[in-house]
Order: sequence, then structure tokens, then C-alpha cells
Amino acid sequence: MSSAADTSADFHRISLYVNNEPGVLARVAMVFSRRGYNIESLVVSAAATAGYSRMTITSSGDPTILEQMIKQLAKLIDVVHAIDHTGHEAYETEIALIKLTCESEERAEILQVVEHFGAKVVDFTRDSLVVRVYGSSEKLDAIRNLLAKFKIAEIVRSGKILMARGRATT
Amino acid sequence: MDSRIPTGAEQLIRSLEAEGVEYIFGLSGGAAIPIFDALVDSPIKLILTRHEQGATHMADGYARASGRPGVVLVTSGPGATNTVTGLLTAHMDSVPMVVITGQCVTSMLGKDGFQEADVTSITYAVVKHSYLVRTGQDIPRLTREAFHIAATGRPGPVLIDIPKDISQGPCEAPLTREVDLPGYSIPDRASTETLGQAAELLSRAQRPVLLVGHGVVIAEASEAVTRLAEKMGAPMVTTLLGKGGTDETHPLHLGMLGMHGTAYANKATDAADLIMSIGSRWDDRITGKLDEFCLGARKIHVDIDPSEFNKMVEPDVCIEGDARLVIEDLLPLVEPSDTREWQARVQAWKKKYPLKYRKQGGLRAQHVLDRLDAITGGQAILSTDVGQHQMWAAQFCRTTRNKNWLSSGGAGTMGFGLPAAIGAAFARPGEDCWAIVGDGGFQMTQAELATASIHNLRVKCLIINNNYLGMVRQWQELFFENRLSGVDLEGNPDFVKLAQAYGIKAFRIKRPGDVDRILNQADAYNEGPCVVVAEVVKEDNVFPFIPAGATLSDMIIEKPTVKLAKPTGST
Repeated sequence: MSSAADTSADFHRISLYVNNEPGVLARVAMVFSRRGYNIESLVVSAAATAGYSRMTITSSGDPTILEQMIKQLAKLIDVVHAIDHTGHEAYETEIALIKLTCESEERAEILQVVEHFGAKVVDFTRDSLVVRVYGSSEKLDAIRNLLAKFKIAEIVRSGKILMARGRATT
Repeated sequence: MDSRIPTGAEQLIRSLEAEGVEYIFGLSGGAAIPIFDALVDSPIKLILTRHEQGATHMADGYARASGRPGVVLVTSGPGATNTVTGLLTAHMDSVPMVVITGQCVTSMLGKDGFQEADVTSITYAVVKHSYLVRTGQDIPRLTREAFHIAATGRPGPVLIDIPKDISQGPCEAPLTREVDLPGYSIPDRASTETLGQAAELLSRAQRPVLLVGHGVVIAEASEAVTRLAEKMGAPMVTTLLGKGGTDETHPLHLGMLGMHGTAYANKATDAADLIMSIGSRWDDRITGKLDEFCLGARKIHVDIDPSEFNKMVEPDVCIEGDARLVIEDLLPLVEPSDTREWQARVQAWKKKYPLKYRKQGGLRAQHVLDRLDAITGGQAILSTDVGQHQMWAAQFCRTTRNKNWLSSGGAGTMGFGLPAAIGAAFARPGEDCWAIVGDGGFQMTQAELATASIHNLRVKCLIINNNYLGMVRQWQELFFENRLSGVDLEGNPDFVKLAQAYGIKAFRIKRPGDVDRILNQADAYNEGPCVVVAEVVKEDNVFPFIPAGATLSDMIIEKPTVKLAKPTGST
């Protein structure tokens, strides 16, 4: 999940507004898998209106069948609408939690990086710390690369969420 | 008035009654007993089949012949999984169907209880929509939604999985006619702008062809499409499922196009400067090699399902909507060019490349089907199985009426023919219903002879018996150096005796000289079902033939004398 690939033509950002029903996720996932699309990240959360959910999906696959996929997603009865945001203005963000194991002499440098990125240390022990950082996927990649010289024990990323700018629908 | 709170099963059956359901095709089992119990007091007639697959094809045949959703009721586990082939068949061919499956009790879901199958998950890919009912209160609403979804827009199968505790438990929710589905809409009438663009292309066309698809049958657009063809002087060609959408005996009709279509339908399509597909999805059986398909022709695509647009071909104009409404809206806008020269060219092809077969040297399926067409006068409902006999029937049996041709096109499901004919016979009693089947497919669902017999249906089952899986044998002969593998149906029973064992009248055609006499006898036999076994030559091939992945101009009209390369397309 690198930012370089994320901005290439084969990466697509799709938002879905769906009924909050069991099985919706499986139906959506099948539209992707049947056409050889790999889901890079998928975020599901409750929508503003009860009974509906939002899905934000980052996916890679053959761009020539993207139109067909969006139509197949929209065709699902449980999908109220499906929007492809590729190439459109949208605000995007993502959160990462990064756990580092470190000696005390390394901490100063780590904290410098953390501060520079506006990140926060959310867990601190004698030999480990957990950094929380949010922002664009590119920013998350950048801090990860800077911290790579230390011992990264775990990384968890939330996956991208986005919202169309202005009055456009997400 | 019964003041007791009804059960979920009772509210389900009342909901089905409110939908106008006449018949349920099904097979009972433990998890569905409460629903079968509720049926006892209902005017809905239960047709007990011998296998769940048979039930689904009967419901499918009922739906294709009537335009109304067919209904299936089966139990959980294997009962439910046995409907998968029928669901695929209906899904591929846009047939409205509601399949109700029993399920183990809610508390046992996911615990591998007896006869548990996660049927909603198993069937996601072959349904238009599906439900696992989680509370009895939902039953009236979900049933209403299921029928609405199955029958409107592009029709398709909907599955409702009902745990036994829910069908057995109380349901206080009243029946409803309301449908609130924010994620589901049916297209409005097409915009004036789009219609105008299409009308301009149609008006300018010198060599137009109208491609009649299943959408014409479903939308009952026969009259509108025929009027447009006549107004434009445009030849009509049909897909396998579009047969009967317009009258194949109409002078402008060229029959079926595609892999085993008529030479003249394919030549006309190949030479056209404009093709308008009405409710077809440019299936690979029609287009062959896509990037060489009718490059010189402008294309218009009329479809109620926008996901079909730009899927196979990239049309110049796409019109989303009901086939009948779209064509009716287009009719006054079209000011056609003079197509007399084009029509003359097409008629010349029709004369030069007729469908033909040898009448000497043994009994041929084509002969039997050609005569069946003449004897039934194109008036009978014809259902087919899948294989060589299906293609010969499509070629020689010209369908004159909407909903008179029932065939598994997209899925190519062997075993479809007989049960589909049975379903059609329930839908349209008093009409003749011929099931044209091969010896291979027939044996997959032959147990349903019992169903035909018990209900004394006017189903006439014509078995084209060559003791081979003939279509595969044809491919092996033409493309695999005649290395026959897995095609010899050695061990076939005597089908006349088999029919008689079910108490069914049976006839046998052995020689070309028997054909007319026996078919007339079977046609006149009205006391119940009958079986006609045509013992045809073992080896014969369907021509014309466009190998999979080839182009219309690669059509093989007669048996080639040179060795052919293996086809590149799928099957």
C-alpha cells in the first residue's frame, strides 16, 4: 500500500452509500473479486441517516472495466449510490498507528519526527511507544519511511476515507 | 374470523396469495414443514417435483411462458443447494423467479446443524437479490419486495431464506403493498435528446438491421418492433432468446444470428451499416471475436439495464429503458432512407444460402424439427434442452409468438427442457407444449415425467436420440481430430419403455418415412403427456457454424474438407 501506486491510473477511489444490512459487504466484495480487482483498503462506517452505511474503497485493477464495475455496484439492490472519485476533487484522510520498540537513546530522534509530522505518541513504555498520525496517505507513507530506520514492531492503518468537496455528493 | 396471531409461514402464504401466485413448484423437507403446512389451507396449488432442480426449471418455464414470476419452495441444505443451477439459469436469462428456502432455526445458524447450508452466501452470484429473514415481522415486507424486484426492470431470481423458528413463530405485521427501496429504481422514459440521436442514425441508415433480443419478449415489444422494421424496411435478426419476440415467418425476418445462426442473418449483420440491438446484451454467441465485430456499422443499444452498455461493444447511442416504450417513442421520429436495394441483397442471400439437411441416409434431427415446425404451424410453445437439438430447433422451428420459445441461453443448462415445458403447461393450460430435448439433457431431469403424468399435462416430449453428447462430439470431430472423449452415452435406456413405465404414451420415429405420421399422431394426442423418441443418425453436425472467437465472415456453412484450427473463444 504505497502512495506511489495510489496515485497511478490503476488506483481507484470509490464511495458507496449502502443499506446497513448483513451481506452487503459480501455482495460488494464479490463485484471486485469477480473482475480481478484487488481491494487495497475498505472502510465501513455508519452514515448520518440511521439504517445506512458508508463504504470508502481504494482498489486497483484494469481501468477499462472501472465503468462496468461502478455500474455493477450501483445495480446491487442494497447500494443506494456508487461514485467513482478518481480524478475528482475530494478531501481524503487516513490514520496510522505505528508501534516502535526503541532504546532510550533513540527516543529523542523519534520524538522529533513525531513532532514534525504533527503526530502524537499515544502509548509510552520503557522500551516501546505507539505513534498516531493522520493525514494524506502520502504523509503517512513519509513518516513511515522516516521511522523505518528504527524498529517498527507493528503498523495499523485505517484505510482511506474521503468526502467530495463543496456540495458534491460522496 | 381467526383472532389467533398468524405464523410467519401463514403470513408468507397470504403474501404469495396477494401477489397472485397460482402455483408453487417444490419439494418438502424438515426446515420447510411449517410453510408446507400453511399451504394446506391455501388456494395456491403445490406442484410436488421429483428434484429441486426440476422445480426451479418449472418455475422458470412458467415465468417465461406467462411473464409472471415463478415460485419455488424447498427445504434447507441440499434442498436449497439443488436450486443453484436453476437460479443461474434464470439469472443469466433475466427470468423472474422467487425461490423460498427453509433454513435451520436461528439459534443454530453457523453451527453446522443438520441440513444447514449458508444458501444466501452460496447464491450471491446468481440472484438479483436475496434475503435471510431475521424476524417474522419482516416477512410481509420482504415478500412484497422480492416480487417487485424479481418482476420489474430487468427481471431475475430473488431468494428468501427463512429459518424454521421464524416461519413457525408469530408474525403480527400485516400484508403490505408498499415498497421502499432507495437502492432500486426502474428507468424513466428515454430523454428526447437520446431518442433524437438514435432516430437520426436510424433515418440515415442505408443498410439497417434490427437485432431482436430477449428484452423484446419480456417487454412485449413485438408489435412496436415489427412496425419499426416495416417502416424502415429493416431486416430483423434474433438472438436465441429473442425468438418469438417478432414473428420469424415475417418476410423481413432472417431468423437467428450468431454461432449457429442462419447464413443470411449473419451475412446481413456483417454487411449492415447500422445495427440496433433491442434488449440483447451482445452475447459472445452473437459477436464472436469482439474487436472485429461489425466494424463498419453504427450501433444503437436499447436496454433496461445500463450495466450492459459498453460492456461488450461501444455503441454510438445507448438508450436506457423498456424496449416497448423506447421503440414506441422512436417510431414517429424515424424518417427512413430507401432500403429497397438492401432488402433485395438480403433476400438474395436468403435464397442462396437456405438452411438445408440431407433427407437420405438415415433419420435426421433437422428433418424431424423441420416437420414439427410445419405440423405445429409455429403455434405451439416450444421448450428446448441444450446442445445440437437446441440449435437445430432454433434454426428450423420458426417462432411466431412472444413467450412461445423457452430455452436456456446464457447458462446453457442441460436438463432444462422437460421441466420448463411442464411449467409452461401449468401457465398456459389448453395449449400444446413441446419439450425438444436430447438424450443427454433429458436424462438429467427425466424424473419429472412423473410430474407431467400426475397432472396429465399437455406436454409432448420429443427426444432427439443420437446416443451421444452430440455438440461436444461435433467439436471433437471438427477441432480435436475426432478424438472422442466423454461423449458416448452408451447404456441409454429404451426411452419408449421408460415413458411407458411412468404411464405415459410413447411413440418412436425410426425412419424418415415415419416422421409426419408419428408427429401428427403425437400432435393430435390430447389425453395427457406423451413422449416421442426420434432415433436419429449418431453423427451429424450443426451448420452454419462460426467457431468460438472467430468473426461472422469466418462462418462455416457446410462440413469443411480441411482440418480446422482449435477455436480461441470460450466453448
